[in-house]
Amino acid sequence: MVRSAKWFMADVMRNRFLYVLVLPGIVFFLLFNYLPMAGIVVAFKEYRMDLGIFGSPFNGLDNFRFLTVDTASVLRVIFNTLFLNTLFIGIGTAFAVMTAILINEIRLTWFKKISQSLIILPNFISWIIVAVFAYNFLNTDFGILNGWLSSLGLPKISWYSSAEWWPAILVFLYIWKSAGFSSIIYLAAIMGIDQEQYESADLDGANKLQQIWHITIPGISKTMIILLLLAIGRIFYGDFGMIYGLVGDNSLLFSTTDVIDTYVFRALRTLNDVGMSSAIGLLQSLIGFLFVFAANAVVRKYDRDSALF
Amino acid sequence: MKAYTLSDKLLSWLAYLFMGLFSIAAIIPFMTIVSTSLTDEQYIRAHGFDIFPHAITLDAYKYVLGRGSSIIGAYQVTLFVTFVGTAFSLLLTTMMGFALSRREWRMSVPISFFVYFTMLFNGGIVPWYIVTTKYLHLYDSLAALILPYAINAFNLIVLRSFFSTIDNAIFEAARIDGANDLKLLFNIALPLAMPGLATIGLFYSISYWNDWWLSLMLISDRELYPLQLLIRAITSNISYATSSGANASIAAASIPKEGVKMATTVLTIGPIILLYPLLQRYFVKGLTIGSVKG
Repeated sequence: MVRSAKWFMADVMRNRFLYVLVLPGIVFFLLFNYLPMAGIVVAFKEYRMDLGIFGSPFNGLDNFRFLTVDTASVLRVIFNTLFLNTLFIGIGTAFAVMTAILINEIRLTWFKKISQSLIILPNFISWIIVAVFAYNFLNTDFGILNGWLSSLGLPKISWYSSAEWWPAILVFLYIWKSAGFSSIIYLAAIMGIDQEQYESADLDGANKLQQIWHITIPGISKTMIILLLLAIGRIFYGDFGMIYGLVGDNSLLFSTTDVIDTYVFRALRTLNDVGMSSAIGLLQSLIGFLFVFAANAVVRKYDRDSALF
Repeated sequence: MKAYTLSDKLLSWLAYLFMGLFSIAAIIPFMTIVSTSLTDEQYIRAHGFDIFPHAITLDAYKYVLGRGSSIIGAYQVTLFVTFVGTAFSLLLTTMMGFALSRREWRMSVPISFFVYFTMLFNGGIVPWYIVTTKYLHLYDSLAALILPYAINAFNLIVLRSFFSTIDNAIFEAARIDGANDLKLLFNIALPLAMPGLATIGLFYSISYWNDWWLSLMLISDRELYPLQLLIRAITSNISYATSSGANASIAAASIPKEGVKMATTVLTIGPIILLYPLLQRYFVKGLTIGSVKG
């Protein structure tokens, strides 16, 4: 590529405009992405604010001691991250695909357009706002859910202190917010299926359900698998915005909702434990990278264009 | 036309029912917060929240928009960050996107990889936080709410695809006519990529408007709280809203607590809801373009 320094200098002269165009961007990525990557060494140091990243002394693997001391917490947090992500990916994909298939069966144009617009809307508000929505429903005294329970003669549930309900609540909210938007991709894939297949199926006497099972689903399977793989690649990364936005500092819910990202966040901000939080962060980045890389490698074999590289 | 079987009819009914319920579920929460923001506080204390308003009053809004309220300041911050941020991001992303779409330029490959790699691996929030606050001095400033988000790698890739779909023949013809790269960009590429720019511009706007991560990490000065962080502060601790200036003298009991939370929320998402019908198809288009990588 860059054959020699001489070639490079000549190219800069020849394409100087292009170099000018990419310069700000390169500076941006260097400052906000690559410099922090170098800053990973802080996981092996005893960080002192006055000495900075590069001046602070090394302390070997001291920062990683918490793994042996706090093993239960760490394992719980890793489990929550993987478990919740698996639920999101699995149920989320199923729901989005089902939505796309059903939208496709709607004939009334106005109904189709309006309902599609409505189900996509939740995607554009932040999790902080969704938290307010959830509060309206889940608040113990004033919430709508408890209102319904009472009117049915059932006891009210203290949702914000009952950790066991929250995986379900989180999945529900995740689907509420993203399934509509995700279904667009699958709908686009469905539109890409050759219409002739459906026509010949009609001639063969197949009903709609059979057509969906034998034509539509296989037809979008490639898209599904690629998106699934890409999602699985990110399985070690929790959705901080979602979890912290909804759960916040409510420690009563941590047992089922605390993920690696929120754990690291609290270690950094509340405990000011730079050592431990950077150690976990490093582990997450390494393992996460392996997964993302592997997932993309598999996707690449499958369909070259869809992989990140 | 073939006759529909029973299962076909059932499927059709299911589709309408499902989408109907999903649509209702999508808007009920919005209705709820609007209703609660308009409902008298005493009614809420007695009967809880509801999808429809009762004992309608504008007290909550009067309080939120009253003198000394924090929402005006927060609105200014959010509007500034959204407009300036989007313009800045769009500028940088377009510049880089265009340059990287020039496949005949050898450096486009390694630089593209340089960008891609950041989507695969990152150093984690701790080094990012240290670099951003200590080395770049981005703390308690409007720049802190814009610069870290200057370029979104995904948006960059999408814009790059947009530029590369422009038929090279057009560029060749222009080059033969003597145009240099600068002219290619401004007179040809930009006008043709307008839909792409509009879509990416929207994506950036939404992410700046909705962001609370940057302010959560980098802002401690209340005057610089954007809307989202204000909502967060209000919903987690109502005393925040009562500590500002003139309103502090009002007896605690008469503050429309729940109404205030809802009114602030309504005002925060108001612009998005109002603009949504107009902009909605750009989002849809943007997503389908984005899923076809160049």
